[in-house]
Amino acid sequence: MTRRAQPQGLYDPQHEHDACGVAFVASIAGERSHSIVAQGIEALVNLGHRGACGCDPDTGDGAGILIQIPDAFMRRVAPVDLPPAGQYGVGMVFLPTDEHERAACERVVAQCCEDEGVRLLGWRDVPVNPEAIGWLAREGMPVIRQMFVGSIGLLGDTLERRLYVLRKVIEQRITEAGVDAEQLFYVCSLSARTIVYKGMLIADQIAPFYPDLTARDVVSSLALVHARFSTNVLPRWDIAQPFRYIAHNGEINTLRGNVNWMRARQSRFKSPMYGGDIAKLLPVIDEGGSDSAQFDNALELLALTGRNVEHAVMMMIPEAWHENTLMDAERRAFYEFHSSLLEPWDGPAAIAFTDGRVIGATLDRNGLRPARWLVTRDGLVVMASETGVLDIAPERILRKWRLEPGKLLLVDTVKGRILDDGETKSHLARQHPYAEWIRQGTIYLHELEDSEQIPEIDKGSLLIRQQMFGYTQEDLKFLLAPMISTGEEPVGSMGNDTPPAVLSDRPQPLFNYFKQLFAQVTNPPIDPIREQMVMSLVTTLGTGGNMLEQGPAQARRLEMPHPILTNHDLAKIRHVTQRAFPAATIHTTFHRSEGADGLQTALDRICRQASERIAEGYAILVLSDRTADAEHVPIPSLLATAAVHHHLVREATRTAVGLVLESGEPREVHHFALLIGYGAEAINPYLALESFHELDRRGLLPDGLHAEKAQAMYVKAVNKGLLKTISKMGISTIQSYCGAQIFEAIGIARDVVDRYFTGTASRIGGVGLDVIAREALARHADAYPENRIGEPVLDEGGNYQWRRHGEHHHWNPETIAKLQHAVKANDARWYREYAELANASSQQLKTLRGLFELAPRREPVPIEEVEPAESIMRRFATGAMSLGSISTEAHETLAIAMNRIGGKSNTGEGGEDERRYERDANGDWRRSAIKQVASARFGVTINYLVNADELQIKIAQGAKPGEGGQLPGHKVDEYIARLRHSTPGVGLISPPPHHDIYSIEDLAQLIHDLKNANPRARISVKLVAEVGVGTVAAGVSKAHADHIVIAGYDGGTGASPLSSIKHAGIPWEIGLAETQQVLVLNDLRSRVVLQADGQMKTGRDVVIGALLGAEEFGFATSALVASGCIMMRVCHLNTCPVGIATQDPQLRAKYAGKADYVVNFMRFIAEDVREIMASLGFRRFDEMIGQVECLDVRSAVDHWKARGLDFSAILHRPEVDARVDVRKVIDQDHGLDKALDHELIALCEPALERGEPVQVDLPVRNGNRTVGGMLSGQIALRHGSAGLPPDTIRIGLSGSAGQSFGAWLARGVTLTLRGDANDYVGKGLSGGRIVVLPPAGTQFPPEENIIVGNVVLYGATSGEAFFRGLAGERFCVRNSGAHAVVEGVGDHGCEYMTGGVAVVLGSTGRNFAAGMSGGVAYVLDEYGTFAERCNHGMVELEGLEDDDADLLRSLVQRHADYTGSTVAERLLGDWDAALQRFVKVMPVDYKRVLLARRNVSLELVG
Amino acid sequence: MGKLGGFIEFHRKLPPRRPVDERVNDYREVYLPFPAEAVREQAARCMDCGIPFCHNGCPLGNLIPEWNDLVYKDDWEAAIARLHATNNFPEFTGRICPAPCEPACVLSINDDPVTIKQVEVSIVDRAWDEGWVQAHPPSHRTGRRVAVVGSGPAGLAAAQQLNRAGHWVTVYEKDDRIGGLLRYGIPDFKLEKWVVDRRLEQMSAEGVIFETNYDIGRDVTAEQLVQRFDAVVLCIGAMHPRDVAVPGRELDGVHFAMEYLPQQNKRVAGDLIPPSRAIHAAGKRVIILGGGDTGADCLGNVHREKCASVHQFEVLPPPPDERAADNPWPTWPVIMRTSTAHEEGGVRDYSIQTTAFSGRDGRVEKLHAIRVESRVVDGRPQFVPVDGSEFTIDCDLVLIAAGFLHPVREGLVADLGVELDPRGNVRTDVAMMSSVPGVFAAGDSRRGASLVVWAIAEGRQAARGVDEYLMGSTRLPESLRSIA
Repeated sequence: MTRRAQPQGLYDPQHEHDACGVAFVASIAGERSHSIVAQGIEALVNLGHRGACGCDPDTGDGAGILIQIPDAFMRRVAPVDLPPAGQYGVGMVFLPTDEHERAACERVVAQCCEDEGVRLLGWRDVPVNPEAIGWLAREGMPVIRQMFVGSIGLLGDTLERRLYVLRKVIEQRITEAGVDAEQLFYVCSLSARTIVYKGMLIADQIAPFYPDLTARDVVSSLALVHARFSTNVLPRWDIAQPFRYIAHNGEINTLRGNVNWMRARQSRFKSPMYGGDIAKLLPVIDEGGSDSAQFDNALELLALTGRNVEHAVMMMIPEAWHENTLMDAERRAFYEFHSSLLEPWDGPAAIAFTDGRVIGATLDRNGLRPARWLVTRDGLVVMASETGVLDIAPERILRKWRLEPGKLLLVDTVKGRILDDGETKSHLARQHPYAEWIRQGTIYLHELEDSEQIPEIDKGSLLIRQQMFGYTQEDLKFLLAPMISTGEEPVGSMGNDTPPAVLSDRPQPLFNYFKQLFAQVTNPPIDPIREQMVMSLVTTLGTGGNMLEQGPAQARRLEMPHPILTNHDLAKIRHVTQRAFPAATIHTTFHRSEGADGLQTALDRICRQASERIAEGYAILVLSDRTADAEHVPIPSLLATAAVHHHLVREATRTAVGLVLESGEPREVHHFALLIGYGAEAINPYLALESFHELDRRGLLPDGLHAEKAQAMYVKAVNKGLLKTISKMGISTIQSYCGAQIFEAIGIARDVVDRYFTGTASRIGGVGLDVIAREALARHADAYPENRIGEPVLDEGGNYQWRRHGEHHHWNPETIAKLQHAVKANDARWYREYAELANASSQQLKTLRGLFELAPRREPVPIEEVEPAESIMRRFATGAMSLGSISTEAHETLAIAMNRIGGKSNTGEGGEDERRYERDANGDWRRSAIKQVASARFGVTINYLVNADELQIKIAQGAKPGEGGQLPGHKVDEYIARLRHSTPGVGLISPPPHHDIYSIEDLAQLIHDLKNANPRARISVKLVAEVGVGTVAAGVSKAHADHIVIAGYDGGTGASPLSSIKHAGIPWEIGLAETQQVLVLNDLRSRVVLQADGQMKTGRDVVIGALLGAEEFGFATSALVASGCIMMRVCHLNTCPVGIATQDPQLRAKYAGKADYVVNFMRFIAEDVREIMASLGFRRFDEMIGQVECLDVRSAVDHWKARGLDFSAILHRPEVDARVDVRKVIDQDHGLDKALDHELIALCEPALERGEPVQVDLPVRNGNRTVGGMLSGQIALRHGSAGLPPDTIRIGLSGSAGQSFGAWLARGVTLTLRGDANDYVGKGLSGGRIVVLPPAGTQFPPEENIIVGNVVLYGATSGEAFFRGLAGERFCVRNSGAHAVVEGVGDHGCEYMTGGVAVVLGSTGRNFAAGMSGGVAYVLDEYGTFAERCNHGMVELEGLEDDDADLLRSLVQRHADYTGSTVAERLLGDWDAALQRFVKVMPVDYKRVLLARRNVSLELVG
Repeated sequence: MGKLGGFIEFHRKLPPRRPVDERVNDYREVYLPFPAEAVREQAARCMDCGIPFCHNGCPLGNLIPEWNDLVYKDDWEAAIARLHATNNFPEFTGRICPAPCEPACVLSINDDPVTIKQVEVSIVDRAWDEGWVQAHPPSHRTGRRVAVVGSGPAGLAAAQQLNRAGHWVTVYEKDDRIGGLLRYGIPDFKLEKWVVDRRLEQMSAEGVIFETNYDIGRDVTAEQLVQRFDAVVLCIGAMHPRDVAVPGRELDGVHFAMEYLPQQNKRVAGDLIPPSRAIHAAGKRVIILGGGDTGADCLGNVHREKCASVHQFEVLPPPPDERAADNPWPTWPVIMRTSTAHEEGGVRDYSIQTTAFSGRDGRVEKLHAIRVESRVVDGRPQFVPVDGSEFTIDCDLVLIAAGFLHPVREGLVADLGVELDPRGNVRTDVAMMSSVPGVFAAGDSRRGASLVVWAIAEGRQAARGVDEYLMGSTRLPESLRSIA
């Protein structure tokens, strides 16, 4: 139907993401004027920096505007006579450029109008100005026409519904008619109320391109605008926004599941408004659209079937209600009721919506997108991603506020009212007796009595059944045992060095063929522990009725607090709920005598039975392998589940039943996540649970545990793990994770995926059903051998630890011993033996690259002509390992070695000792060239940033993508605490997301911030391979990164959940190839350096990386092995016996690594590379990059599993114009020349050079980003961390400042802003002072209005800040030293704070102090309600002591002095009384450590 | 996983040895019992490595971290099960194995290794004491018959594995008692023979048939053997000794170690040795040629026989006290070792090459020797005599413990017609089958003289090959990593 990029190689357009700037302008009174349109466009232009462009700087990713249909204008320009206003519809249509195709389309449209009883009045060519746009956009530009339709007698909603049907019919027929795929047909809008003008434009091109928009009679009372930043650049006019109802800034993570569920539901749709026409609306979702477009499809359906648009928005993006005890009962009931109709469309979202009468906006539950709004005294509402998009005099402003998480803003232009969240929602919640409906329909499983009919525990066969389901000793030791003793998922360390399941010689559980996806860059992962309030495990079973209706029937369901069922729970479902929810059991086994063919037959049977049971009226299907025995082989539970789920989705009966699994197979978190991800709503892991009875019987349970308690701990651990797994993808509720298929298959055949795992990425083919059956039969034969020798024992496994007869490990006794000997003796012969083993282990089909063969395409060259090892070694880096995860000795060894060879070492996340910035006497340098910037920003000061050659933003880590980390208190010694600006002995948390990267445009902002701080440093972004990483990388390249790391899933870690080490991410070979292909396709490759990283061991690995597209290479595990690491895998336990991954002084003393060893290793690799280059005929390394034709797939792939693999997608080379480069040849344009700081630096010259005081006054606007950052870099370069004396530089600014105002502001600078500021004020504050106060003339009370945005003072290390007004969410997040005063904050205030002082002279949002481990907050608690908004997990609330009072008073006094705050003055006016109303928020651990220190010093004094 | 940080908390400790004065008066084992608590503390030092190099260092692939952990947790019964999973006879290896696992232990990098061997022997001894070691006769019989020739550790391991796989196994031993070198090579003070006997009882109870004094070639022809059995496993050892071919070799009083050592074992067992054949060191000046384990066994024996003096000469230079640079962890360290026999006395000397024996009346009286240097000549390491360093030393008894070359070729090996490798050992394929279908080989006769632990591993591996040969597939576990 529309022209879309076609998948090729590893590129698939469905992975494209976008994020953006969004805004609306509306007249509350509904007064239509051209000025609303003009202001909408102005706002759009002022958000331009949030959009992006690709290789063509004049081609934008998309921009657009939605307005009301300007009747007078249309009447003037339409070539036909129009019916009265409101009685005709206008369609804005993109048509093929080919005349014949276009004519064909128009004929189809005409025919459809006729069929639908609508009159096609005529077409109008929309005037456009192609000169105003870029060449790339012009290449894809469609013919743009408006169609006018009339329908006698239809008005209002009835007319909109008719037009909706018409558009769906047109879309359907055009598809059927088979318009050339290269041509675009797309209806931007077809409505009697609204019209959309959009295209592949940059924000400021929209008005020049569409002259219509500048016509004075183009009037509207509302304007919704959008500037797009997308990861793609291929011409796509259709996915510019706004869509018909919305403009979206964000991402829908659960899209796959949402679309499947919508498809599953739609057969049950009935609506009196449509009658038989309802079928014409199907499919509801156009699956070729972007996530935002598909969201729009669903919203449109809901908004045109009897609900209003705000109701529909609340259904699709419910606020977090499960855990919210502050929410009123009616609203809870509203959400609970609707949760049975629709799972949340989950993901970070700021959605602005309109139906042409009301316009509004909402934020998702996490509130991770900025949305600021203001109301003027004359009835104008401006909502935008940033403040300052329109110049509005302070005097005019009535209120400035922001959208809060889960909250709604609504302007009703018909009624002429602005409605806040409470009003809108209360009204909707009272429309129906939702609570009553729930009471009638919902059964809560855990309130039911136990059933008598619990299956007996069959102790005798436990071991044999464990064998049948493929249990190993390691499952018991490494998974189950830790889960029951800690109630958490087990943790391990170092990377995964075992083969992918498809290359393993051992039978693998089907689960192991699937890798978890995770959020990176385009959407943030969530911290499920500290931000638990947004998470929910609640699971329901029931018969989702017709979602277009509202009534008690829709509330009929069985609710459970989480998806893991004990035997008791399942018995209740089977027996107790029989009347309301009859359950049928389907056996998921096949007879062993049928052999491998039996599997297919059995799958067909269970799908058939599922359909039959549904027809018979069963409401719950239990898929059960309980009957597996000597004759019956269990079907892999994932296959059985997914097969039934997809069968029922296809049959459109899926929502008629709940799907429950009763299986002996699932045991670890990954298994449960997969089962739920492929449609199981609840799971009874009976064998795992029974295992605890066995341990109990043998007396092997940890002290204090008995079987029942162990089961409870296990369920708790699984649930915690599930939360972690879903939050990695940024998903909050298990309900929307269910069926969302957040996985990629590695090594499963296409036909199996298409049939049973429909929609899952599986890019290298792999095993078919026959091999899956063989693996099941092999496990079964282990359990029931023809001939048993001795007692049955569980297989040893060898997955987590090397065992001689266990799974293969690349790091094994031989490779480690040979490598260590080689580097110590500096003996290349030993290296060669090592490399042979390492390469051979690849070539024995243990890695993907092992299956490649080097295929020379040129004459070999003499090795002397190959560039020297020295220049090759400059391409090498060591991995990001923090000081803290490894010892100082080990850390400095790597730095010295890499500096000696001109490579780069990486600080990791943990700061760096400034003493390392100076060279040693012998010329060695301990400075890490790469300074990492990770989520907790430990020690990230301006001085740290300027002492770097490369600044690396760690988005994800191979071993645990999508997750944060923790450094336990016992590892935080004095030294580490000093470097991290924290307190010794107090544990540190690195949250999963960067709190300043919730989207691609946020990343662009951080890159800009870092580039400002240190313009000489390359900015690198570290990503982890997963499907779609190439598209993310394209976005990152467009965000102006200079360098991108693609890490494999096998990278190391100091501590990660085992399921993450094993099951998240994919091999770098695929990720790198995808990245290279997508970047080349988009001509973005030429401006970034690519680095590959992940278990790199030999020169062959490097060469393969280069041929696939990498310029640089990271070595982490191998560099540690060269330093003496012997893969103990106890890094997380602090007991490393070779002194590497430990802070124990006794063990550190055993460290025996030397920089020479690492140098020798790198040289061996480089020489190895040279030899291969010579054989391939490459003299220069650069020549080799991206020459993928030098790779062949090994001809002799004859492995029982690997045979089905197909690497053609990896080895694909995109066909592009010859001028498109395949490696980095040009530098990014960072746009630094536009920075305000150039002016500041020039004006501050006397201060910088001579320390003379300087005062500067300038205007500022939201386009001025990172004000003060570059200036601070100059100060740090000259004066180090000491900076300048206080107030040496005083800068006064007025206006609305852009993002990252005062980022990394250095000591000695005071920024005083009169106006307001956007997000990230004072990010990384490094000693400077920031003051923000309302401008003169302000009429509104500052303490009731917002003045600074979200995530203020993130990672601040020192300095101070005073804000006269309120801040948004996450104020002072991860502050480690700054002192700040503010007059109110949003949710998550002081989150993860580790030091410094925050004073809040007003209200706070929820979840204050979550994860706060240090520092102090003083909160003015006027109404005594603070306690319920505080997260008490790590802090205590106390009264103030004398020291506190003095500190607080001085801060409040200074706040009054700097800002003129009336709040402060009032408090100071009656200080003693004020003091009583303050609460001190004190982290428990921090207090303990401070007390201990005080006692020590008292003793010393005494 | 042992105890977290146990290796920091505890130090390596071994059980005390009986005083030299006491022990040289008997043939009982040298080590005193080690209390269970002490063993557990030692097991607590195990670090449960991500890569257990010990497990790799052990030819059997013993699951060392697993049973260390079980001992630490006081679950000895589970520990013996894990130990027996890879090793049929831990009571032998726990006593006489040089324990290559220990220098491979990760703690050896910068500390003392875990006392793996002590833990092993403690587990198995406890298991016998507790009655946990029971016969496990196979649940069914395949009806196939296998002959194992030779009853040393390789033969016994092969036999036990094959019997458990359900085959009927007969073990043929040419000597008067079962056990091979365990019985007649290793002195009682290292391995008391009741330890062997109780294991043989278990095997008998499981259904293994033992035939002693049975000489293939005499009692039955090789051809008959192959016909009567579905498979034959040769575990006949590498009994052909390396000689010291110098003038005077023929003198009385110059003997191979293996002529000497079995006699004492027989005496301890209560047998009488006819004086005409007896070799005894009492009151004699003894010289042992060869610095290896066999030499040490001779040394322990001559002390107990109350020799007048003893010298042990080795042609190689003395090994270093610490690992040499080209002998890095985790390889077997070639370093100076002091066995219990060395503690008991005698003189060790190195870089000595025997040039002749001389004597009167056909009896040896002197050994003539010269000191040598190791040098690389023409690219090959050679021993070069040091001019003027010739010397002689008086002696009454010379024991040649210079190693073993290959299996005895005459008789069975020749009769079967199996191919030999260049070193004279039986050549096999990866399934350990020789050039003659159905005839397998394992142990010293296949790999050359080596350790008991290797012999057991070979026997287990050969059993797997035989089972697969007979049945088409096998569920017997693999032992060796790879076989050359």
